[in-house]
Amino acid sequence: MSLEDKYLITVGLEVHCELRTATKLFCGCANAFGSPPNTNVCPVCLGLPGALPVLNRQAVEYAIAIGLSLNCDIRRSVFARKNYFYPDMPKDFQISQYDEPICVEGFLALPVAGKRVGIVRAHIEEDTGKTTHVGNSGRIHGSDFSLVDYNRSGIPLVEIVSEPDMESAEEAREYVSELRAILVATGATDGKMEEGSMRVDANVSVRLKGTDELGTRCEIKNLNSLRSLGRAIQYEAQRQMELVEEGGRVHQETRHWNEDDGLTSSLRSKEEANDYRYFPEPDLVPLEPSLEMVESVRRSLPVLPPARRAVLAELAGGRPSRSELEQIGTCITLELDDYVISATAAGVPFKLALSRTANELAALVGTAEAVAAGSFVEVLKAEDSGRLSATQAKAVMSRLAEKGGSVEEAISALGFVGLSDSEVAALVERVTGENPDEWGRYLAGENQLAGFFIGAAMKASGGKVNGRIFSALLAGKREVAQH
Amino acid sequence: MSSDQISREETLHIAHLARLAITDEEAALYASQLSAVLAHARDIGALDIAGVEPTMHAVSMRNVLREDVISRSLDRDEVLASAPSSEAGMFVVPRIAGEG
Amino acid sequence: MAIVDMSAREMAAAVRSRELSALEIVDAHLAEIDAHDHEVRAFLLVLGDEARRRASQIDAAIARGEEVGPLAGVPVAVKDNMALRGVETTCASRILAGWRPPYTATVLERIEAAGAVVIGKTNLDEFAMGSSTENSGFFATRNPVDTSRVPGGSSGGSAAAVAARFAPLALGSDTGGSIRQPASLCGVVGAKPTYGLVSRYGLIAFASSLDQIGPFARNVEDAAALLSVIAAHDAKDSTSLGAGFDASEIATGVRGMRIGVVEEMLDGVSPGVSSVLDSAIASLVEAGATVERVSVPAARFGLSAYYLIAPAEASSNLARFDGVRFGLRVEGEDITETYLRTRASGFGAEVKRRIMLGTYALSAGYYDALYGKAQQVRTLIARDFAAAYERFDALISPTSPTVAFRFGERSDPLSMYMSDVCTIPSNLAGHPGISVPFGAAEEGMPAGVQVLAPALGEATMFKVAMALEAAAAKQTVPAWRSAAAS
Ligand SMILES: [Mg+2]
Ligand SMILES: [Zn+2]
Repeated sequence: MSLEDKYLITVGLEVHCELRTATKLFCGCANAFGSPPNTNVCPVCLGLPGALPVLNRQAVEYAIAIGLSLNCDIRRSVFARKNYFYPDMPKDFQISQYDEPICVEGFLALPVAGKRVGIVRAHIEEDTGKTTHVGNSGRIHGSDFSLVDYNRSGIPLVEIVSEPDMESAEEAREYVSELRAILVATGATDGKMEEGSMRVDANVSVRLKGTDELGTRCEIKNLNSLRSLGRAIQYEAQRQMELVEEGGRVHQETRHWNEDDGLTSSLRSKEEANDYRYFPEPDLVPLEPSLEMVESVRRSLPVLPPARRAVLAELAGGRPSRSELEQIGTCITLELDDYVISATAAGVPFKLALSRTANELAALVGTAEAVAAGSFVEVLKAEDSGRLSATQAKAVMSRLAEKGGSVEEAISALGFVGLSDSEVAALVERVTGENPDEWGRYLAGENQLAGFFIGAAMKASGGKVNGRIFSALLAGKREVAQH
Repeated sequence: MSSDQISREETLHIAHLARLAITDEEAALYASQLSAVLAHARDIGALDIAGVEPTMHAVSMRNVLREDVISRSLDRDEVLASAPSSEAGMFVVPRIAGEG
Repeated sequence: MAIVDMSAREMAAAVRSRELSALEIVDAHLAEIDAHDHEVRAFLLVLGDEARRRASQIDAAIARGEEVGPLAGVPVAVKDNMALRGVETTCASRILAGWRPPYTATVLERIEAAGAVVIGKTNLDEFAMGSSTENSGFFATRNPVDTSRVPGGSSGGSAAAVAARFAPLALGSDTGGSIRQPASLCGVVGAKPTYGLVSRYGLIAFASSLDQIGPFARNVEDAAALLSVIAAHDAKDSTSLGAGFDASEIATGVRGMRIGVVEEMLDGVSPGVSSVLDSAIASLVEAGATVERVSVPAARFGLSAYYLIAPAEASSNLARFDGVRFGLRVEGEDITETYLRTRASGFGAEVKRRIMLGTYALSAGYYDALYGKAQQVRTLIARDFAAAYERFDALISPTSPTVAFRFGERSDPLSMYMSDVCTIPSNLAGHPGISVPFGAAEEGMPAGVQVLAPALGEATMFKVAMALEAAAAKQTVPAWRSAAAS
């Protein structure tokens, strides 16, 4: 029995996402990525003595948008101070929402896994600055030091805390990717994990199947891509299962994911027990979003991925298969669902429309905008009618993405102008005449030889023959011969 | 209140949380002074005020918000001029334990 | 009359009418500082050159016929916990020695826009924690009336500067009585406005939910004039009320007013201060007010609640003094060692004691019993005041239970904390309070009467203060003047 069969893995995620405001959470400094160090700073975000915070309205509206899109209740909330010393935190406390967060009790549906993950809360808080460690460099005493840049200090974050409802690395990845798609759609964040605008901490525990009580969890920090998230959870679950298997005990701790070594390591074992001495931030007043404010944010929300996904699922006949769900997911994430919808509306079969969008068109993302929905539909219709082969249709799409122009121009430039029916008929005569043995066997009922003749015709025509028309004429010839 | 007397250990722990290096002598002095102040605060510890709303603030305002409009940041040279140590436009701090 | 004996309003009027130049006024005060501040030590920093430059600018503006504001040419002494760009601002702490803020506090922008001239930064108890100004990280300030005594605190330098005629006006901050108590001890007027009336932006925080900036002056109307300049909404302070303060209607008298004497603030009051209060009451009755005793029961718990709330907030507010971005750094092996050493050597004993107390009050396991409960007591205090204000327009009490004490006389922290027993409740409730000098008590030392009013009841408060001032015995004077007279 493998460990995976014996143990249940439990994952809960905390996702910090940076809001796309123009300014920071509590001051008017620019919320910008990549500025020279310490150029977007002021007394407030540097925590200078005497400075005071004032809350950014846009950040609140984005937080409400996030809450609504995750089916949360929007509540009266209070900012608190989380007190601890760290050089990237200028005031040596972080302003965050603690026991009264703005968004509570929502959920996120995972379409592929087919389950809902509970959202405990989503709250507003400020980001810290950035420390860069500088190794032993021959300075005084040859000691190490760090450099601190406070440009990121005070950038608005929403922290979204899930219930421990996920049971695999796969589900965790799906949660983050779905969450990202939703948040990006709301406009609240750009979702760029590689730039740190979405950061994930994973709480992982394992327990024997059949037991109810959750195992001791470890929190893994520094997961800045879906790939790291999946690998880290996999590694950590394996580590815990092996540990328990050997009779050891998991210690509750924070662990760091090391991408290069592919393992997690203990981070704060020596640190004192956390005592953050939370108390309500006296420099701010409570936040009580009015019904009007919440409703106006609700009205401004675009159609979100779950609703868009439902439209595609409907086109799939209501019960998409797992692979269709994955393809639908890709279309939603890349915001290509309109292509599927227009093609299907124009009479292209849904499966073809979905597959070409989720595979070929998705691969062209970045250049895909160059393929107008109208052209995309035209190509698929040509493919569906048999005028273009699948290979040709894909080549036409790539060319449209690269060079633009009309579908017809692309087809002729690629030399995919098909042979006329009489030319195809002549080709049927030619390849059957050149291969009498195979023709005889085909006549005798070896249907699979049709493929052989198509191949021969392709070769003879330099790929210009339309397989479907050729097959039809070939079958017609056999029918005539058999009577 | 847990007890009237704050122990030396507790005093040292509090001092570390507050990042104050204190000598043994200071620990003993603070322990007794804090105990005295907390003993004085016992009068409110004895008050039965369950259910009374706390007042965090003398002002009863809500939703004080500012518009999301960029204002001028500080000049970096002026900011770094106050720093005990800086380099390459950044603040220099000694080694952070647990890193590197 | 000597320039330094004029009221602030007289000075401004003289400057505007070009009877006196702003420069003459500033120079007269700089000369007084030069002659006597070595005895008082009110200032941490005298801004002689800057003040003279500013005075000349005002004179030039007047010569050009420009509008110069209601405080044109009036010197103002500023407690050194308010940020002034490019000028050393220390909070009387070694941890901030040499720090030049890159920005200016809103109040200082406002007084400068009104034509006032900042003449210097005054001494205080380090980070405004204390009631005697003995806790300054640099030196103690002396009471100008008797230099063997403390000026009170924490705004002792500002109170002393006004009493000593180093400036007609000063700014202080009041978290638990830090304006009113030194005003009482130095024989000047000092007011703590309603919480939120004056911007705290640029005031180096001690206890954010209690701190409030307010004026010192030698007469009530000057104090009101300065308050009317600094009271305004500030978008940089989330706790700033939308209100201003209009000083024009405060001289209408107290006839028909109902005034309560707070019973809980009469305990432990010295006989001299007690008789000062009695004659104050008599004068109010004479002026046509009804005066009765009133109980504000929860006020008894003010001191206890205050010594949990204020240190708790302070422990967090003072975390940023860590040697990373500004101020002192005592380098250690690593960042934690550096924090520990920097803060141990930069902060004085009282500051450390309060940080320790506040850290304890907030730490896991004690929050509900300490900080949480203290915040509930605040609700009770506000309720009891509200009940009293249903029957009374204003309340009065002694400002401080005693006159100024001698240096070192109160070494035990608890006995020092008792100095603020009458002033603390209004900070907790967020209400305004003012101390008006009402002649001398023990050993000829001044004693003030405190007038309290409900939130935004400044106009009422000042009316009562005016009535008291009108009836008060002659003001006490700096020691060097009484010595010269005798
Ligand atoms: Mg967080
Ligand atoms: Zn800023």
